[in-house]
Amino acid sequence: MTQINSKIPQGPLAQKWSNYKASQKLVNPANKRRLDIIVVGTGLAGASAAASLGELGFNVLNFCIQDSPRRAHSIAAQGGINAAKNYPNDGDSVFRLFYDTIKGGDYRAREANVYRLAEVSNSIIDQCVAQGVPFAREYGGLLDNRSFGGAQVSRTFYAKGQTGQQLLLGAYSALSRQISKGSVKLHTRYEMMDIVVIDGKARGIIARNLRTGRLERFFGHAVVIATGGYGNTFFLSTNAMGSNGSAAMQCFRKGAYFANPCYAQIHPTCIPVHGEFQSKLTLMSESLRNDGRIWVPKKKEDAEAIRAGKMKPNQIPEDERDYYLERRYPTFGNLVPRDVASRAAKERCDAGYGVGATGLAVYLDFSEVINRLGRDVVEARYGNLFQMYNKIVDEDPYETPMMIYPAMHYTMGGIWVDYECMTSIEGLFAIGEANFSDHGANRLGASALMQGLADGYFVLPYTIQNYLADEIRTPRMSTELAEFAETEGAVQSRIQKIMAVKGNRSVDSIHKQLGLIMWDFVGMSRTKESLQKALDAIIQVKHEFWTNVFIPGESEDLNVELEKALRVSDFIEIGELMARDALHREESCGGHFRLEYQTGDGEALRDDENFSYVACWKYEGDGKEPSLLKEPLIYESVHMQQRNYK
Amino acid sequence: MEKTIHITLKIWRQKGPQAKGAFETYQLNDISIDSSFLEMLDILNERLISEKKEPIVFDHDCREGICGMCSLYINGHPHGPDEDVTTCQLHMRKFKDGETIIVEPWRSRGFPVIKDLMVDRSAFDKIIQAGGFISVTTGGVPDANAIPISKEKADEAMDAASCIGCGACVAACKNGSAMLFVAAKVSQLALLPQGKMEASSRAKAMVAKMDELGFGNCTNTGACESECPKNVSISHIARLNREFLKAKFKD
Repeated sequence: MTQINSKIPQGPLAQKWSNYKASQKLVNPANKRRLDIIVVGTGLAGASAAASLGELGFNVLNFCIQDSPRRAHSIAAQGGINAAKNYPNDGDSVFRLFYDTIKGGDYRAREANVYRLAEVSNSIIDQCVAQGVPFAREYGGLLDNRSFGGAQVSRTFYAKGQTGQQLLLGAYSALSRQISKGSVKLHTRYEMMDIVVIDGKARGIIARNLRTGRLERFFGHAVVIATGGYGNTFFLSTNAMGSNGSAAMQCFRKGAYFANPCYAQIHPTCIPVHGEFQSKLTLMSESLRNDGRIWVPKKKEDAEAIRAGKMKPNQIPEDERDYYLERRYPTFGNLVPRDVASRAAKERCDAGYGVGATGLAVYLDFSEVINRLGRDVVEARYGNLFQMYNKIVDEDPYETPMMIYPAMHYTMGGIWVDYECMTSIEGLFAIGEANFSDHGANRLGASALMQGLADGYFVLPYTIQNYLADEIRTPRMSTELAEFAETEGAVQSRIQKIMAVKGNRSVDSIHKQLGLIMWDFVGMSRTKESLQKALDAIIQVKHEFWTNVFIPGESEDLNVELEKALRVSDFIEIGELMARDALHREESCGGHFRLEYQTGDGEALRDDENFSYVACWKYEGDGKEPSLLKEPLIYESVHMQQRNYK
Repeated sequence: MEKTIHITLKIWRQKGPQAKGAFETYQLNDISIDSSFLEMLDILNERLISEKKEPIVFDHDCREGICGMCSLYINGHPHGPDEDVTTCQLHMRKFKDGETIIVEPWRSRGFPVIKDLMVDRSAFDKIIQAGGFISVTTGGVPDANAIPISKEKADEAMDAASCIGCGACVAACKNGSAMLFVAAKVSQLALLPQGKMEASSRAKAMVAKMDELGFGNCTNTGACESECPKNVSISHIARLNREFLKAKFKD
């Protein structure tokens, strides 16, 4: 059986990264200019990596599907970014951030990676401030912090409710500087279609120019995937419409392992679904849980009256409200981790206490904080979120509580990488949400921004050199090589196959069908039966897609339906992989909740003896079941225990 | 119960950058007023696909009003009639039953049409590349709290930085000027001590690039500010002008 080598450096946990950096190989400046690196994606991870690699002197080719790097979906992250600065003097440290992240991930992340993440977190804040990111400040002029779920310290830096936007614009500005210097070549409205592997090493990509529809070939000594997560498998999610998992699937089909696909995060605070025509779900930042209190009516008849529109939330007196998170988790209260908060909301709604027209909503109430601190303070903290809510729902959250419900948000699973962020294909790297990452089975709020930027600014620029140092004698290869031609040919035939179906269903209608299966059977709570049902249903969706999809227009033209179809064909495969992984993992951990495995009071029940590993799925061919490889998770510094937020 | 409306759409269709475009008329019935404008277009596109026709091409991505990808000139307003929203956050409750809605792409020399309602805004990237950054490289920077910045200045910089680069300001301007976009970046960075060092050269370089790319001059009509979905204030243009003059004096 193939052994998984995660290349974790020797030494005590706190010294591993220093030891690594002290002994890794570097590339000298003259050689850097001769080395080409392809970076796919321009979100926090991609833009920061492309900029940093360009600054170092490598020749970088950067790709994004949008019209500008600044559109990447990192831009929509609202609440903040964690770092172990301990500015508030409330007891934070690198170890505590590391520990909270490991615990928040329900002991399913790699210790060494998470420690490194916590270690470089402080440099990220320094870097962003130097770039001119306008973080929120105290009156004394120093940086302000707020608290987030899963932590008892305030370690989250923020820029209003637009932290992702500001961090991305910071990375985008660094990237723009390198583009102007010529060290980074930018390709907007290009979508990666496949990876080119030559003699076992990643050597380039085939990309589709979305404006012309033509396929083009690009060579790189190394390829970096920074294409985000696959949450849109669920059709309705908080992801952008274009967010997709196709690059990850292309890597998977070329032999890169796909790790922990079933670890998906359902975010507790999103605006509830309102109709069939709905195209996406909007997140309301977790930061709102700092000041908002979550509740449902204590009495079922009140909940029923609200659903029937006969009663308003403000008419329910204080002692008739069930602040169920505060009741169940007095220590963390409304700031329990996301998976816990999501399941608790679902539990109340399933029990018949849900509000809103559909009964699939709970209240997030700000009246207490507005009374305590005044409307101005609340407006300064969350003004843009309240405005967004108001525009979508047509209700004023200053006056009446917000309605929220969980929605698909983030995927902890992804392309398997070793300590160096290299996949199981040599020379192919994956960073940010695209890799299976440092979040274990559940990501804490404000940690995605941290991880994306950590990978891009401070991890990859080191580790990629350890690989490229051995490539300095490899000349730039011609894209006329057979491997490029063959890969392009395969992409072309996939495209032609889709175009040739000429059926009767739109891409979206099939995607919605898949999404419903995922939400119902592979969603917040899963069972053996539901997952088997999902696998059967997904096979039917796959059949439907390949026999009945309809793509108007031409393939060699700007063709939005074809773009979507190519992505949906991959979402179908990802959905299958998610269900398969969830079925095999006979335990509950973090975002993966199997109804069969829970404690007496409904918490996730892990099985450390049998499932303390990273599940790595290996592609075995079209229509064949992938095989499972296991990377054992060995904890040297933390003691694994039942998560407790009570 | 769910309220619905009937609408007539006149939408600009254009096969490609060189093709001649024209308005096409579509009738849509029973549109829920709770759907967003783009969801309404999704419904129309579903219908077109079911009729084996090519759907209407428009840019969009996050649908949360933050990525700046969506555009559309709706009934004579960039991002439509509602205030402080992008098109993706515009909801059908802002339209009347029986209303005719005219949908056009951004029209400006700086933003050529690619197809239907999709335009090329890469000029904005080029303007940022000309100097919309602070020249720091990764690593080797001081501690984040080493330079205190007054809350007032930080907040003002944040207001400027909330620009999403959608291009509504250019589309709204009769001169097709990109001054508000440029000013927002110049002002954000000029307000912060980190950005002061390059403030003048930045202003000069970005304005020069803007001119070179065919954007018009600013004549202070204020249309950009009133149509900006993020409420970026024209007071930033005044700051840009100050920085620009400073740079010219130095020359």
